[in-house]
Amino acid sequence: MKLTRRSFIGTTAAATLAAPYVHAGGHGRPKVVVIGGGAGGATAARYIAKDSKGEIDVTLVEPSRSYYTCFFSNLYLGGFRSLDSIAHSYGTLASAYGINVVHDWAVGIDRDARTVTLAGGTSLNYDRLILSPGIDFVDGSVPGWDVSTQNAMPHAYKAGSQTELLKAQIEAMPQGGTFAMVAPPNPYRCPPGPYERVSMIAHKLKAENPTAKILIVDPKEKFSKQALFEEGWNTNYAGMIERIGPDFGADKVSVDAGAMTVTIDGNVEKVDVCNVIPAMKAGRICEIAGITEGNWAPVNGHTMQSRIDENIHVLGDASAQGDMPKSGFSANSQAKVAAMAVRGALTGSKVFPAKFSNTCWSLIDTDNGVKVGATYQATDEKIAKVDGFVSQTGEDAALRKATYEESIGWYSGITSDMFG
Amino acid sequence: MTFVIVVGIASSSSADDIGNAEKGREIFQKCAACHQIGQDAKNRVGPHLNSLFGRAAGGVVDYTKYSKGMSRAGADGLKWDLASLDAYIENPKALVSDTRMNFRGIKDKTDRDDLLAFLRFYSDNPANIPEAQPTAIAPEVALAPEILAIVGDTEYGEYLSSECKTCHQSDGTDKGIPSITGWPVDDFVVAMHAYKIKIRPHPVMQLMAGRLSDEEIAALAAYFSEL
Repeated sequence: MKLTRRSFIGTTAAATLAAPYVHAGGHGRPKVVVIGGGAGGATAARYIAKDSKGEIDVTLVEPSRSYYTCFFSNLYLGGFRSLDSIAHSYGTLASAYGINVVHDWAVGIDRDARTVTLAGGTSLNYDRLILSPGIDFVDGSVPGWDVSTQNAMPHAYKAGSQTELLKAQIEAMPQGGTFAMVAPPNPYRCPPGPYERVSMIAHKLKAENPTAKILIVDPKEKFSKQALFEEGWNTNYAGMIERIGPDFGADKVSVDAGAMTVTIDGNVEKVDVCNVIPAMKAGRICEIAGITEGNWAPVNGHTMQSRIDENIHVLGDASAQGDMPKSGFSANSQAKVAAMAVRGALTGSKVFPAKFSNTCWSLIDTDNGVKVGATYQATDEKIAKVDGFVSQTGEDAALRKATYEESIGWYSGITSDMFG
Repeated sequence: MTFVIVVGIASSSSADDIGNAEKGREIFQKCAACHQIGQDAKNRVGPHLNSLFGRAAGGVVDYTKYSKGMSRAGADGLKWDLASLDAYIENPKALVSDTRMNFRGIKDKTDRDDLLAFLRFYSDNPANIPEAQPTAIAPEVALAPEILAIVGDTEYGEYLSSECKTCHQSDGTDKGIPSITGWPVDDFVVAMHAYKIKIRPHPVMQLMAGRLSDEEIAALAAYFSEL
């Protein structure tokens, strides 16, 4: 073969690609870019920066300067927390852990070049990319609803202004009015979340608007902690809450945001507030990266690496990993496994077997907390459940109060673990 | 039995004027998971309680795990006497808001009086306390010596601890979830095994401990003891 300048360059490029590398660029510290600053992303960024002791350059991309946790946002709706108390900033991650925090949207990923493009035009190189973008909504899952109607019918399933809006609408309801929730189909973020929300809204209405009604339109036959919630609703909010399941047509629901109606299998209901929680999918950056199958991004449970691109790890709600519920606790747990795997790959640090756990606390009424939890381990096929527990119906008030207090301690613990 | 003798020889102006020390001894079982008292009492999860009356808050010099607030209270002049101890035991966090003592308090005045009467003995004349091991309570779990002898790998413990830190804070803050930093290794190991075999009732902890091996428990104990 005649060696031309063109083929020479080509050969060199191929050789460079094939050679083992520690990180892109060939010099400087290995680079990790984390997209999404919630329970998965903030935790992963913090653990990688903390445990690599400066050996890894960590950039965290998150559009919001103030992050409102989705967990405990229902307690804000119920009047148990202020919105400020669930807001967090990224100052400590930047100042104490040396993380480059970039407040921008990631809009493009070039997996071959290993670069991330931001809406502001910046391009970031990475050796490993961590995607923890949370959820987006599936278009058309509730006919009549799309993001353009989200102010008339809030989802409030990403915390912040949507949560504030929903609370204001509930407060403006006429006496004896109807609050409707269109609950999401599986799988979705925070399985007990819609039902804790109903409990919190019932708590608020009981005090402020006791003749109001709550209508849940639920496409699922069963839901998380169902026996506990139904017991709590009967005891504390008797006669206020009605749930329509798929056996009565709740899987055939549409809404009209202009007329404020919910149509269930042809029957039109006029409502005063309508909280539409549509079907969910991985945050859209996963689709842009081309690492989704169906609505979610499949991962290897041992490391949380994408099954489509091993330079990308996907955490939390966006990932399809197996048995873990989509929760902040799960994302935080997965982030630590991914952080260890990333450090191991980039700096050769020791890698231990993955362990995962989750606990979800829910508040039913004042000092009436319940919880469900499980432990998990990675198999080659998926993250598999090992063992679990759930609070029992009929528990005494002291235990329920202790469970609630424990949830407050957990909130304080996990947010310290995320934001430093 | 021996305790009754102590009551008999105690000066009438002290403990028995406060409450029933015999009952207080039973109430002290709530405290004994963390505190020792009597001859040879050592600091464990909490400081020893000999010579408590008249001591400054945060005042046991070789106990290093006081909260900042407890040390500050001592520096500001808080001394343990009947009134201050009564208030502290009634509601620990009301007196020292960041105290690491994870205890709800005792609401019943008579129970507090009885407990204070018991504690008072070990302040009257602790050197002469005739019981060799007044706090010799059987451990929750009788562990084989080889399990207690395992030297934990702190690096492994640090990795495993990331699971604990979702709830338990690494700076030892106690808010609804107990502080687990700075515990003596043996106490930590015994507590985790007690969860593992479900003697201790908490379902989350039973689950967490349930899948930890003896080596993993030792690794966590080693890591947290130094935190």
